[in-house]
Amino acid sequence: MAEKIDLQEVEVWDGNMAFSHAMRQAQIDVVAAYPITPSTPTVQNYAKFLADGYIDGEFVMVESEHAAMSGCVGAAAAGGRVATATSSQGFALMVEVLYQASGMRLPIVLGVVNRALAAPLNVNGDHSDMYLGRDAGWINLCAFNPQEAYDLMLMAFKIGENKSVRLPVMVHQDGFICSHTAQNVKPLSDDDAYAFIGKFEPVDEMLDFSKAITYGAQTEEDWHFEHKAKQHKALMDSRAVIEEVFAEFEKKTGRKYKRVESHLMDDAEVAIVALGTTVDSAILSAEKMREKGIKAGVVAPRVLRPFPFDEIREALKNVKAIACMDRSAPGGAMGALYNEVSAAMYASDARPVIVNYIYGLGGRDLTQDHLEGIYTELKADADAGKLTGNIQRFSGLRGPKLEFFK
Amino acid sequence: MSTIKKIKNLKELSTANDRFEGAHLLCPGCAHSIIVRELMNCTDDNLVIASNTGCLEVSTAVYPYTSWDTSWIHIGFENAATAIAGAEAMYKARKRKGTLKDPDAPTKFVAFGGDGSTYDIGFQWLSGAVERGHDFTYICLDNENYANTGGQRSSATPIGASTSTSPAGRVSYGEKQKKKDMIAIMAAHGAPYVAQLAPNKWKSMVKGFQTALATEGPCFINTVSACTTEWKFNPKDTIHITDLATDSLMFPVYEIINGTQLNILYRPKNVIPVEEYLGAQGRYKHLFKPENKHIIEQIQKDIDEKWEYLQRREEAKV
Repeated sequence: MAEKIDLQEVEVWDGNMAFSHAMRQAQIDVVAAYPITPSTPTVQNYAKFLADGYIDGEFVMVESEHAAMSGCVGAAAAGGRVATATSSQGFALMVEVLYQASGMRLPIVLGVVNRALAAPLNVNGDHSDMYLGRDAGWINLCAFNPQEAYDLMLMAFKIGENKSVRLPVMVHQDGFICSHTAQNVKPLSDDDAYAFIGKFEPVDEMLDFSKAITYGAQTEEDWHFEHKAKQHKALMDSRAVIEEVFAEFEKKTGRKYKRVESHLMDDAEVAIVALGTTVDSAILSAEKMREKGIKAGVVAPRVLRPFPFDEIREALKNVKAIACMDRSAPGGAMGALYNEVSAAMYASDARPVIVNYIYGLGGRDLTQDHLEGIYTELKADADAGKLTGNIQRFSGLRGPKLEFFK
Repeated sequence: MSTIKKIKNLKELSTANDRFEGAHLLCPGCAHSIIVRELMNCTDDNLVIASNTGCLEVSTAVYPYTSWDTSWIHIGFENAATAIAGAEAMYKARKRKGTLKDPDAPTKFVAFGGDGSTYDIGFQWLSGAVERGHDFTYICLDNENYANTGGQRSSATPIGASTSTSPAGRVSYGEKQKKKDMIAIMAAHGAPYVAQLAPNKWKSMVKGFQTALATEGPCFINTVSACTTEWKFNPKDTIHITDLATDSLMFPVYEIINGTQLNILYRPKNVIPVEEYLGAQGRYKHLFKPENKHIIEQIQKDIDEKWEYLQRREEAKV
C-alpha cells in the first residue's frame, strides 16, 4: 500500500496540484503520460508522489501524447483505473485515440489544461483544444478554479466508471490562469476521497482469461451505426449519473455542482454564457453592473458533454439578451457555444437576442473593462429588442473593429 | 513461472490447443495465419494480444465474429506496441495490488504488426515501448508491402519490387530504395532478444518464439510472411516461396541476443541464386528484362555482402 499524505483542511494549490492530488487519492492503477505546457506540473507532481512512495500504481512516461492515450486504452482494457493529463498540441495528437477510447467504452480520465492550438505557437490558455475534442464521445466537465479542478477530477472517476456509463471523462481547466494560480483548496482526506470514488470494478477485462474478449473489432455499414447510436445514448443517459454523483459529493462536502451553473440569474435581463476562468470574472462584472442598474447574470455549462440542452434553455428563458463567449478561433463560422446555446433557445418559446463574442485567444486577458463593455452592449440590444450591432463581435482585439453577420 | 512447452513434431504443433480459430478472412495461402498459429500453439501460457491495423486485424475481428479465443485488442494502425505496453503495466499494477483474478497463471503479452505498421507508421510507438523495457514480444509479419490496402510500398519493400505506389513501368524498375534493416535497429535498442524467423523453418521459429516469451523484457521478431496476393504467386506455393526466400538468403534466419551476440539459425546446404526466388514472383517479373538485369545483380551483391557480414559477426561473437 502506498503511504498516505496528511492534508491540511485548507491547502494552497494551483490547478495542476489540485489535479495531481485528486489523481493520487484515486489510487490509479496506470498513468501513461507525456509532458506538455501547461499541464506538465500535473504529471511532474504525480511523478514526485511516486518517487516519495505515495503511489502504488504504474507510471509510464511514454514518448508522445498519442502513445499516452494508446497506453491508457490498453491499460483500461486490462481492467483497472487509468488517467492522464495533457494540453493543446498534445491533445491534438491524442485525438485519434480519444475516439477509440470512447468507442471501446473505456472509463479513462483525462485532465485537460486548456491551451491555444498553433499556428502561431502559443502556450497560453484558450479553449481551442477543448473544442477540438468536444465530439469525441467523452463526458466533458469544466472547472473554473483549482477547487473545482480538484472536486471534478475526483468525481470524474466515479461518473465514468459507473457501470451504466462506462465512458471516458475529460476535466477541463484554463491554462495558467487556473493551472498555475495558487488558491485555497479544501481537499478531502485520502481515506475519504478514495471511499467517495470507490474501488475499481473491472468489466470485460483482458486479464480475466476465463473468457475471451475482443476489443476494437471492425464494424462496417451493417453494424457501425448501431454501435455509435448506443454510445451516444450512453452519453445522453449519463446525465442522471452525473447528477447523482454531484448530489453525493454535495452531501459529503457541502459543495454544490450543477450541470449548468447560474449566478445572479433570478431577475437577470442580460446574461453572459461562458466557460473557464471567465466565469468568475463575469460574476464579478455582473455584480458591478447591478450597482449601475443593469440586471446582469452569468450562466456557465459545467458539463459541456453531454450538452445540457434543457438546463440552458431553462436558465436563459427570461433573459432579453445573451452574450455567448467563445475562447477559440471560430474558423469561418459562429463560435461553438453560440451555436449550441442558440440551438437550445430556438427550441423554446423565448426569443432573446443572442450575440457571439470571440475573446481571449492565446491567453489574451479579458478585463473587467471588456466585460463591462459586453454587458453595456447587451443592455442596448435588450432595450432595442433586437441586435444593435453584428452577431459576431471580437472583444479585446487590437486594430480595427472586427464584426460579422448582421 | 512459465515453463517452456515441449513440442515433439509438426503435427503436434499444428494441432495443439488452438486459440486462433481457422475461421478468418485472410487470403488462401497467406502466411500470416501460419505464423500466428506457430506463436499461439507454442505456449500454454495466458496470452494478451494486440494487433495493429492491417491484414491480420481486418481479417480476424469483423463484428460480430472474432477469430481470437484469447484476450485481444486493436486500437489503431500504429499503436499495438503501446496498447500491449499499457496492458502489461496494468498487469504489473494489479499483481502488486492483488486485484488479478488468477495472479499465479503465467501471462504473456504479444503485439502483432505488419511491416507497414512496424517499419513505417508505428515505428515511434514500437521504439518507445522497447526503450521503456516492457515485458512483451513484438512480432512483425513482414510481407514487404501494405497488402491490406492494395499493395503499396513500405520501407520494408525491397529494391526492384513492383508495388502499386512504386510500380514498374516504361522508365522504372519499381521500388528504388533498399529495405530498412529493422533487425539491426531493434538490436541497437538493447532489446534482450531480436530475431528474424521464417515459418517454413518451424523449429527455429518455435524456439525463437518460446525464447522471446520466456525472456523478461521487450523482444522483437521479424518474420517473413509470403504474400500470395501482392508477391503474385500461386496460393499453394507459400511454403515453397518461403523456402526460396531462406535458401537464397534474401531472408537470413538469425537472432541477436542483448544487442551483441549474433547467432545464425539456418545455414542453407545449397545457397540458391536470388534469381530463383525473384523469378517465382510476379512482383519481380520486370527485373528479367535486359534493361533491369543490373538490379538483380545489385540484389545478389547485397545478399552476399549481408551474409558475409552476419557470418563475421557470428564468428566474432558481437
